[in-house]
Order: sequence, then structure tokens, then C-alpha cells
Amino acid sequence: MTLSNLWILAEPSGDSFTTTSLELLSQARTLATNVAAITWGNGGSLAAQAGEYGATTLYDVGDLAGALPGVPVAAAIQALVESAGAPDAILIPASYDGRDIAGRLSARLDRPVLTNVTGLIEADGIVTEHPVFGGSLTVKAKFTSDGPGIIVVRAKSFAAEPSGGAAANVVAAAAGDAGTTGTAKIVESHVEERTGPKLEEAAVVVSGGRGLGDAGSYALIEELAKLLHGAAGASRAIVDAGWVPYSHQVGQTGKTVKPLVYVACGISGATQHMVGMKGSKNIVAINKDADAPIFQIADLGIVGDVHKVLPALIEALKARS
Amino acid sequence: MNIVVCVKQIPDPAAPQSFDASNNLNRSGKLILDEADTYGVEMALQLVDKAGGGEVTVVSMGSASDVAGLRNALAMGATKAVIVSDDSLRGSDALSTAKVLAKAISRDSFDLVLAATESSDGYTGTTPVQVAELLGLPSITFAKAVTIDGTTVKVSRQTEAGYDEVTAPLPALVTVTAGVVEPRYASFKGIMAAKSKPLETLSVSDLGLDGQVGADNARETITEVQAAESRQAGEKYVDEGDGAEKVVAFLESIKVL
Repeated sequence: MTLSNLWILAEPSGDSFTTTSLELLSQARTLATNVAAITWGNGGSLAAQAGEYGATTLYDVGDLAGALPGVPVAAAIQALVESAGAPDAILIPASYDGRDIAGRLSARLDRPVLTNVTGLIEADGIVTEHPVFGGSLTVKAKFTSDGPGIIVVRAKSFAAEPSGGAAANVVAAAAGDAGTTGTAKIVESHVEERTGPKLEEAAVVVSGGRGLGDAGSYALIEELAKLLHGAAGASRAIVDAGWVPYSHQVGQTGKTVKPLVYVACGISGATQHMVGMKGSKNIVAINKDADAPIFQIADLGIVGDVHKVLPALIEALKARS
Repeated sequence: MNIVVCVKQIPDPAAPQSFDASNNLNRSGKLILDEADTYGVEMALQLVDKAGGGEVTVVSMGSASDVAGLRNALAMGATKAVIVSDDSLRGSDALSTAKVLAKAISRDSFDLVLAATESSDGYTGTTPVQVAELLGLPSITFAKAVTIDGTTVKVSRQTEAGYDEVTAPLPALVTVTAGVVEPRYASFKGIMAAKSKPLETLSVSDLGLDGQVGADNARETITEVQAAESRQAGEKYVDEGDGAEKVVAFLESIKVL
């Protein structure tokens, strides 16, 4: 290992770190001698999990008093770089807050940020891999300036594997005064009711696209997903059209999913969508257009009208249960 | 209420993409206003309207050889457009882009800066927050609803679990998700009016950023571009009333059923 220090942004979510955070910790310990995690909020109480996945130190920014994490966490990391010295790189999960922190930190440290990373290679420093053009090409990139480079990694790029390490040593990291930049406050949190598994964790994902014809037909996707104990996803086209919320979006600008089976209904297969789902174990595509690009990556392709195939499929599944 | 909207002109996303000899995205063809930016423009127009008046300025960086995308924003109703265009900016990284946009935005007073969550060609998704940091502004990303209450911006911000109500004092920067509002189509009258609206082209020197931005200051480099592992197409059937049956059989074969 030529890398000595990697810092990982470990995002707290309830009584655990997010899965992407654990994936990054797991990968980091194969690349660098020393792995430290940086967290906030409830994350400070997760020293055992941080250690189990490879961190020896857990820097805890503590309670953010309702502030959006972007500014205070970036300010704390900046202070750590100044006091503890710069690591080789800082790895950040590509999440809502992760991207805020990466952008803030980049401008504060005047250091570059590489995003949409799906692979990390240690080769005289750190080389990043990025899928482009719908995943048909892979670009490799590296930093050319002094560290720390900031790397934003997509979910599911690595496996999360515990190493059985001892609990990490918790070190307090002060957020400091963020001035006017840190004045965005969360005044209320709304949890949307969700039945069934999370989109990123579901073994079955059923997604709908423009081929559904209208917003009301998305009910077919939801019903099929429910019958298969899966989650309902969407292409960017119907999210942009306002049929379903952004949180359902699968693709380059949405979520990455790698389920056991992905059922694409009325989705033509724009490159922006494919990059978010082509890692699925099996792909089933139902689309009217026989030439739709989605069929080029589908294990089973049905050239047909989703308004005929889906109701028949739903009936068949109901008959079995 | 004066609002700045960061916009980008991009190659048509429906057209095949390619790299040029320097591994930059090939932008030699026709450029259009990124659809993701039309939501910010629409939101700005609505907020200014509700506030009882003000200006909407679109600010962009990129080639000014084709400004149809900016004219489109003006035709929707924006007051004026500014584009920073300079050969030295080709190959800029996100932070360089942010430095240029921040400098261009700071030439005028404003109450709010809007941007898309990310562009549809580069999709780095960090530039708006970098702009906010450089301008010393609070930022709220992933907005699915935006309202102004006096000197406070209130945003419903997308989260993993649902959404948060987040507030920040103005001036602030907000990034909006697609679907936050329904972007209007430019009217014929709007298109005609856009032709005579101010569209200013600035260079890096005009902003006093010589030697600080652009490809020469990008601190990362592409080392390799290679074809990714491809998936093979499997079986394809034309539905003759048996499509659902075929799907069920497939799901059984992989033990989902």
C-alpha cells in the first residue's frame, strides 16, 4: 500500500452508518494503512461499527443544532486538515448531504473534487474510475495537485464487509464558526410512508418510464412491485414530468440499483437511465418499440404494450398468491 | 427581488456523445438550454412575480458561439443574460467553473441564486454549492418546493426518508430538482422580445481571473478512457398475449417466484 491515510465521510442514519459509508470504509482499508472516519450527530456513538468496518479513528463533529450538515461538517474537516495534516484523499458517499459537504469542502480547501466515482485503484496515488456515456465507457482520472483530493463515490461501487476490527478511537472535531454560510436550518423533518423495501436495497425493482403514457398508469408499477416484494423506480423522463417524486429516480442523476432482477416497463433505455441499473443481476424489459436500446442489455425482452402485459402479469401473480 | 439563475448550454442529450482529442466532451454541435435549468428559470420568474417585481438574470459559462439556449431563457421571460466565454476555460473543472460563475454573479446585487441540482452533460453536481461557498452564502440543495417569506427562503428539501423543511436568510443559493415547477414554453411574443434583450459576453480578463481558472488550473487529469464491460442481450419475444407468462417463467427460473 502506497497510501498512508484515507478519510471517509461516515453518514449517520438512525443507529447505523449508511450502507454507502460502510462500502467506502471497507474499500479504504484495502487501499491505505490508516483509515479514519468523520461523522456527526448520532454517528459519534457508532465507534464499534466504524471499527468493525476498518476505521481506527472516528472524528465526531457532534450535534449540528439543526443546521444542514454541508457547511459545519466541511468546516470541521477543514480544521482537521489544518491540525492533523492532509490525508491522501477524502472519500464521500454520493448522497444529498455528501454532495453538499464535498462542494463546500472543495471550495474551502481550494482542492478539486472528482464525482460519480465507481472504482478506486491504488497506483502511485489514487486513480478513480468513472462510468460515462451511459456506462459504455470508463474514464480513469487522478489528481495532479497536492492533497487532499476529494472523491465522491456512487452507492454500490464496493461491497460492505466487516473486518472485525476493534472499536474506533473517538476524537472530537469542532465545527467552528461557519458565519453566514452556515445559516440554513432544518425546521421540520417529514418521513414519507414507505411500504416495502428501500429502492437501493430491494431484491426486485420494477421501474416505469414514459411508455406508461400517463401519471395514473404508474399505479401498475407500484402494484407489480408490491406483488414481487420489491421497490418501485422510475426513469428521469417521468420524474421530470412530475409523475413521481425524485426519490424514485434510477439513473445517472438518481439512484444506482443492483437488484437480483430489474423490471423496466415502458423505458426505452436512455444512457442516463442505464448507468443506474445495468449492474442488476437480471434485467427484464417490456417496451413497445422493438428497437429500444433497453433490449440490448435485457436478459428477457418482451416487445409489447405495457398496458396489456402488466395487467396480465399482475393477474397471474395474484392468482399464485 | 432580483434572482440569478445559473444555466448551462449543453449538446442535445438525445444525440450520441463523444470525447474530443483532449478528452473533453465534444460540444462542437448545436447547443441547447439544459432542460434541468428550465425549472430554475421558471421558479425564478414565478418568485419575482410573487414578490411584485424584480429582475431575473441568467448566468452561464461556456462557448458563446451558439447562444440559442440563453435566448430560450430570455424568451421564457428572463430579463438579461451573461455568458463567460473564453478559450482558456475549455477543460475547466467544477471548482474553476464555480469561481467564474461566482465572480460573474457578484457583479450585481441579488437576493437569491438558483441552479439545477446538476447538469445533464457533466452531472458533477457540486458546482452550485461551490458557488455558494465562494460567495459566502448559505445553500439549500434538492429543493422540491421554494417560497420566499420576507427575507427568508423556505425550501422543502428532498431527503432519503422524505423531505425536510429548511430555511435560510437571504441572500442564499437554492438548487431545484426537476418537477419543482412546470416550465413554461416561450410564447411567440417572448421569442420576439428575447432578440432585443441584453446578452453580455465576458472574458476571463473582464472578471479579473487571469491565470486562476481554466484547464491549466484543473488539478485532475484523465489518464485513460476504455470501453466498459458490456452486457449481452438475452431472449426477446413479441407479445402475443403470452408476454406475462414469459415473465413469470423467467422470474421462476431465477427463483424470485
